[in-house]
Amino acid sequence: MVRVIVPSFLRTLGRVPAEVELEVAPPVTQRAVLDALEARYPALSGTIRDHVTKARRPLVRFYACSEDLSNESPDSILPDDVARGKEPFLVVASIAGG
Amino acid sequence: MKIRVLVGTKKGAFILTSDGKRKSWKVSGPLFSGWEVYHMAGSPADPDRIYASQTSGWFGQVIQRSSDGGKTWETPGGGPEKGPDGMPRGESNKFVYEGKVGQHLFYDGSLRPWEFKRVWHLEPSLDDPDACYAGVEDAALFKTTDGARTWKELPALRTHATAPKWAPGAGGLCLHTILLDRKVPGRMFVAISAAGVFRSDDSGASWRPMNKGLHSDYIPDKKAEVGYCVHRIAQHPAKPDVLYMQLHGGVLKSEDGGGLWKDISKGLPNDFGFPIAVDANEPDTVFVIPIDPEKGRIPPEGKLRVYRTKDGGRSWKAMTKGLPQEHCYVNVLRDAMAVDSMDPCGVYFGTTGGQVYHSADGGDSWRPIARDLPHVLSVSVQTIG
Repeated sequence: MVRVIVPSFLRTLGRVPAEVELEVAPPVTQRAVLDALEARYPALSGTIRDHVTKARRPLVRFYACSEDLSNESPDSILPDDVARGKEPFLVVASIAGG
Repeated sequence: MKIRVLVGTKKGAFILTSDGKRKSWKVSGPLFSGWEVYHMAGSPADPDRIYASQTSGWFGQVIQRSSDGGKTWETPGGGPEKGPDGMPRGESNKFVYEGKVGQHLFYDGSLRPWEFKRVWHLEPSLDDPDACYAGVEDAALFKTTDGARTWKELPALRTHATAPKWAPGAGGLCLHTILLDRKVPGRMFVAISAAGVFRSDDSGASWRPMNKGLHSDYIPDKKAEVGYCVHRIAQHPAKPDVLYMQLHGGVLKSEDGGGLWKDISKGLPNDFGFPIAVDANEPDTVFVIPIDPEKGRIPPEGKLRVYRTKDGGRSWKAMTKGLPQEHCYVNVLRDAMAVDSMDPCGVYFGTTGGQVYHSADGGDSWRPIARDLPHVLSVSVQTIG
């Protein structure tokens, strides 16, 4: 079970709880986790990644296990602690502006 | 009779309601708190159907829809429903250009590929609550026919032969005005900053520029077909061949469906501004709000004045009663003025300072019906009953 935490704006938009638990079959990658998240909450489609290219939106970041994974390949394997649900996968709205 | 004023701001949306007397107003909101709401519009075919363009620099575009007059909202297709392939829909915010994505001029004279950024303006169909047009940045026209579950581009506009010469205005390369002709089936007008006015006579299948008579200091070619930073155009339903324009430097009028534009700004303190609106009952009565572009886009002399012509632009008179006449430094954006359909006509506008002003007597006098909202991006009005 993968745990995902989404930023507050998207919780309101997609009626998403603070923490989402998703069944993600191995290999557990960014792409697989986000596909599962959007399948559960279709209103989030296009908000974290571009609808067509699936590229991460520039001001959205992905953190896990105290690491910034934003620029990792979407198909890189996420840390084992994320795959086992010990640590959450965080979708973060970056600080921009004052 | 009921009036519903839909206000989009930089930090959410608000709905202001009153009865036909227009004296007592109820403010509800914020809706979509923290998101920019570029525009909200109600369907002429079903006033309970309202569309909203919600956007964010972080999370992109979202389209919201209400089917109960704004009490509840949904992202169409954002629920458990599935598409034909069994996948969740979630496509109400999917705006994808059709076919080859061309290039347009950028500020520095280079060419840039078209890139969707946001929906500036929503224009619901005149007769189908599930149909709505969307004017977007980078400039293109989209349409939904399924209540905003999906959107499809009408690509003939973006692929027009002049498109490589279109360039962004200060706010971006945006399609900000859509006029659906109520008398001539299939005829519609759009305005793009900075390209100009385009007209279709076949429901968007083909387009032609309608910018003859326009002049702008920043365009060296005095006969340029496109490139004009049109801020807004307006039309009265009863006289659809008469169009009014607030240009980036000029207030103009066309009496032949956009074929030729003539300047009517004589008598105004300034020919710059953003919105322009036509009285619902008097097709020759038009409202503009002059803004000084040289001093940071503020009202000239710090006086917030609505200028009204009652003779189609031959003369203008300042409407000041109830509006601040000293130390006022707000702006009024292009989609932030609208009229109701009452008699006398109600006029409404919102400012970048968060005030929404209202006149219930055709502009003679004004009062604020909301004072401290966030920066207002758009105002539209529904007259119900």
